[in-house]
Amino acid sequence: MSIRVNDLVHIYQAGTPLATEALRGVTLEIQEGEFFGLIGQTGSGKSTLIQHLNGLLKPTRGSVEVDGQNLWERGTNLKAIRQKVGLVFQYPEHQLFEETVFADVAFGPRNMGLPEEEVKERVEEALAMVGLDGEIADRSPFELSGGQKRRVAIAGVLAMRPKYLILDEPTAGLDPMGRQEILGEISALQQQGVTVVLVSHNMEEVARLVSRLAVMHDGRLIAQGTPAEVFSKGELLEEVGLALPQIAQLMHRLRERGLDIPVDIYTVEEAREAILRVLGPKQGKTARFLTL
Amino acid sequence: MVKDSAPLIRLQDAAYSYGEGEAMALKDINLAIHQGEFVSIIGHNGSGKSTLAKLFNALLLPTRGDVIVGGKNTKDGEKLWAIRQQVGMVFQNPDNQIVATTVEEDVAFGPENLGLSPDEIGRRVDEALALVGMEEHRHRATHLLSGGQKQRVAIAGVIAMRPSCIVLDEPTSMLDPVGRREVLETIQRLNRQEGITVVLVTHFMEEAILAERVLVMAEGSLVLSGPPADIFSKGEQMRQLRLDVPQILQLAWELRRSGIPVPQEIFSINELVDYLCQYA
Repeated sequence: MSIRVNDLVHIYQAGTPLATEALRGVTLEIQEGEFFGLIGQTGSGKSTLIQHLNGLLKPTRGSVEVDGQNLWERGTNLKAIRQKVGLVFQYPEHQLFEETVFADVAFGPRNMGLPEEEVKERVEEALAMVGLDGEIADRSPFELSGGQKRRVAIAGVLAMRPKYLILDEPTAGLDPMGRQEILGEISALQQQGVTVVLVSHNMEEVARLVSRLAVMHDGRLIAQGTPAEVFSKGELLEEVGLALPQIAQLMHRLRERGLDIPVDIYTVEEAREAILRVLGPKQGKTARFLTL
Repeated sequence: MVKDSAPLIRLQDAAYSYGEGEAMALKDINLAIHQGEFVSIIGHNGSGKSTLAKLFNALLLPTRGDVIVGGKNTKDGEKLWAIRQQVGMVFQNPDNQIVATTVEEDVAFGPENLGLSPDEIGRRVDEALALVGMEEHRHRATHLLSGGQKQRVAIAGVIAMRPSCIVLDEPTSMLDPVGRREVLETIQRLNRQEGITVVLVTHFMEEAILAERVLVMAEGSLVLSGPPADIFSKGEQMRQLRLDVPQILQLAWELRRSGIPVPQEIFSINELVDYLCQYA
């Protein structure tokens, strides 16, 4: 079970003088259960790509399959696909519209024609998943804080019980603790078996969370692999306008300056160990001199 | 920095509420920002940092107390345009700030409204575009620029008014890493080379440490103010305030605890690299 993207090409305004090739042949497989990251500069094609994953956009060429089902084959139920593949846009709180939090989160399940009992169960479950107290359900979403609104919007997608959850910059504009909380909740969902695709500009976040990531540039995938593999390609990332995570930058520079430091490191804890291994604490340093 | 001269921006018991019966968004803030300073303002969502920034150029007027900019009280309606010329603002969303269809027209918009001669307008546009590194894009259509380029055009538009101070409210939160770097390098250059006072409101701690002084807001109050080294040495307090410590400082702290005496005043990747290489 997976989402498979085969040689996907998307041209906006095809056949007009304004035609723009946003995707130039992307092939990618996102496995069920994984935590997948997607990075790339603004305009690299990330948003165009994710809108193909649940059939919001139709490929100009190539195909997208969700659990073996080609989205654009005759007979495919796109409505069912969109329940299976939930998409949370950037600043999703701008899409809140109902009078109460409950009604907003219930909008999707009610549209599925579920009985009110089940709608209620799903709303409660979704709010709990994003760390919101059930009491918030009767309030207007517009009275909530920015972080709470963001959560309500995510809960609206979770209430559809998606198997695949795609989030476009879910932490943009939040304070550091708000970022940690939302990311913690997303990780918990992934551990419960939801496949998560995280689109982010924050390399530290991506490095810490995902098990595999892909780098987009100019409508193509230019690298794919584990964070360690991708972030060891410092020059490539710089060339396409992405920064390495801060710790990875430090490791690269230390290595350039001749210290024997591995470059596939991107967390504070690993960096501390690697530096101590080379430099040692003071005692280690004295001991080294003694052996000279 | 000359601290004994009158501050450029002074807040005296400034408080603000968004409406009657609403909670106070700002509570009795006392603060002085001097010409040439680089100050960053951090705080959790809803802490009042954006509200505070809007007091600096009279976009909002204090409900109680006073805001004095270059000796002028922001409540004095006649001084409004002089104050806005002295303190310019740049906002989060690059798309909401561009008014013209080409780069040079956009930057010229402010000076044109000052009724300057075409020659003078031309000079100011040239100068402002050079300062943000956008001269070669002057004839380009604004809608074709990247986010970082749009923000630099917005900054140039402010610069063309020859302000003493630029206030930037989360100018990088919608930008990718390159766009962020472009904007941050630009504001650092304006501060260091041109002596322009910079106030940077941000959610990114690694941006906040670029300033000489960090102000921390919480629940509408100014709770901490000091050099970044002091502010970010309070790791636990930062977390209680829903903030964080930049990774480089976390690592420096961990190394210090493990016996490598990294000096307190190291904040940047380059400084830490230099230190570790000479230590080795």
